[in-house]
Amino acid sequence: MATADLLEIEGLSTYFDTEEGTVRAVDGVSLRVRPGETVCIVGESGCGKSITAMSIMGLVGTNGTAGRIAGGRIRYEDRDLLRLNKHELRTIRGHEIAMIFQEPMSSLNPVLPIGEQIMEPLIEHLKLSKKAARARAIELIAQVGIARPEQIAKAYPHELSGGMLQRIMIAIAISCGPKLLIADEPTTALDVTIQAQILDMLRQFKAESDMSILLITHDLGVVAEMADYVVVMYAGKVVEEGEVVELFERPKHPYTQGLLKSKPIMGQRQDELYSIPGQVPNPLELKPSCYFYERCEHAMDVCRRAEPTLKGVGEQGSVACWLYEEEAIVHG
Amino acid sequence: MSTITGGVAESEVAPAKRPLARSSLWRLAARKLLKNKLALAGLFVVVFMFALCFIGPLFSPYTDNKIHMALMNKAPNLKHWLGTDALGRDVLTRVMQAGRISLTVGLASMVLSVFLGSLLGAIAGYYRGIADQVIMRIADLLMTIPSLPLLFILGALLSEWKVPTDYRMYIVMLMLSFVSWPGLARMVRGEVLSLREREFMQAATVLGLRDRRKLFKHLLPNLVPLLIVIASLNVGGAILSESVLSFFGLGVMPPTPTWGNMIDSANNLIDFQQRPWLWIPPGFSIFATVIAINIFGDGLRDVLDPKPKK
Ligand SMILES: Nc1ncnc2c1ncn2[C@@H]1O[C@H](COP(=O)(O)OP(=O)(O)O)[C@@H](O)[C@H]1O
Ligand SMILES: [Mg+2]
Repeated sequence: MATADLLEIEGLSTYFDTEEGTVRAVDGVSLRVRPGETVCIVGESGCGKSITAMSIMGLVGTNGTAGRIAGGRIRYEDRDLLRLNKHELRTIRGHEIAMIFQEPMSSLNPVLPIGEQIMEPLIEHLKLSKKAARARAIELIAQVGIARPEQIAKAYPHELSGGMLQRIMIAIAISCGPKLLIADEPTTALDVTIQAQILDMLRQFKAESDMSILLITHDLGVVAEMADYVVVMYAGKVVEEGEVVELFERPKHPYTQGLLKSKPIMGQRQDELYSIPGQVPNPLELKPSCYFYERCEHAMDVCRRAEPTLKGVGEQGSVACWLYEEEAIVHG
Repeated sequence: MSTITGGVAESEVAPAKRPLARSSLWRLAARKLLKNKLALAGLFVVVFMFALCFIGPLFSPYTDNKIHMALMNKAPNLKHWLGTDALGRDVLTRVMQAGRISLTVGLASMVLSVFLGSLLGAIAGYYRGIADQVIMRIADLLMTIPSLPLLFILGALLSEWKVPTDYRMYIVMLMLSFVSWPGLARMVRGEVLSLREREFMQAATVLGLRDRRKLFKHLLPNLVPLLIVIASLNVGGAILSESVLSFFGLGVMPPTPTWGNMIDSANNLIDFQQRPWLWIPPGFSIFATVIAINIFGDGLRDVLDPKPKK
């Protein structure tokens, strides 16, 4: 691709030191987001998706968690986010990179009126006066499709529904015109019809402003609707990535195939939904191997002994699986 | 799936609760408080005592505190409803004037200790590290010494240093705050430690807000309910401590009357047995005020504390 990447993560490792041992929540993850592109990180719960997002935002090691970035680089435009000082990081957060969380109810301050919470980044980053910020906040509330914005601005979070609150979170996130929006399971806590509206709204803002989206989800339905490019994570590692159409039509990794098989198909009645047997392995007991081999239909001897690396296959995609490695045949 | 297109209107939003007025949080609390009869009774007594002490003396003809030898130790009668003391002064007027001092000392020392305790507790909990270590070790040290003996030592020092009696009232306020901020700081710190881990604080970090703004705009407003409860309970404690100090002659000194030193001046066998009008009124005032404040404070806690109980 000709365009330069907006965000480029290389070999990111985020570990948690616990009493039982080191949890490698994110283990050598690389991914890139180009301007105007929507990249989805998909994988089951506990695969390290949220920790990846928190690493980008510089939230690891703050807020009382024992996590640490053990290695890697996170390049945003021409800056390495991991090397920025507190002040430089603050001018990027909320201004150039915004983030929305899974639970809109708990991400808003319960004792501050909604309007004031929208005003804050406007005052901090765009240096608006209080009055101008208030007017802009009301505009933003209207822009995310909520009626009676003046009244809503005075309301407290507990007075609104989850769907409305997530709209407010989006309003806050887009308020300073970010170049990158990180959304961590933004629709998981909402019911299906509201989900569709929220996704539509994200798409609409993206089209209007050319911002990039890094969308984290465990729902392949969301991926199909939103993604340009998909990164599949399993147990802290990227196991497959590729263009969305290619990945959905020709999934390479048995894990991706399993995820796709377990996705409900719209408008089609299924008697029993497939689910991948077994569970995500305990992150403390991982030896060099393919972490998926216990659950894999195609597990071979080599999968137990050595870790496959992410290698390019086809035109765009990459996969980390011994099935696609010449070496496997030699050793196997 | 994308059957719903672009522009989204209110009608598509799940039926939301109708936004209430701006002060809805407080209005909700007020409504709950009105249902709590015991707390209301406490509030009523507190308000009554304040009114009595601050407005009452305006209607008394005996506020000059002149010594009338002819009127010494008279039992309650129509002219002097609660009798007179050893110097012929009206006891009711003295009780009201003493209440002004006692309530003022209680309130002022509460304001000071809530300010100190919440500031230091918030700093310790929010910044942790060295600040936390220093502040909390000092607090621990002060808390290992029971506060009453500590107050006695301080009071004795004051007497030793011959602090002018006019200033003693202010110094007693400082002393009371000095012994009560550590407990308060510890409570506030605990609350801040749990608040700072909440997701909305992480969201504030992600918005790129400054530390000071996160602390004062986002975190502290969440502490207000706790602070109100602590503050109200603290006033009761401060009034009690001041009374005890004054009773032992280590607090505010006569002729400035306080409830404590009024009881102290009736502290002999004859007054105790034969002139109950000298010590029952100030004693009852302390008792009623402190109990009422504590009942009201407990009621406030039930109303304002978001954590479910039972
Ligand atoms: N504070 C923590 N201490 C120890 N381990 C953690 C902590 N937070 C997350 N983890 C581990 O990191 C892994 C990835 O978590 P997360 O990124 O939240 O998963 P998800 O993909 O569901 O978002 C999990 O296996 C979890 O056990
Ligand atoms: Mg997650």
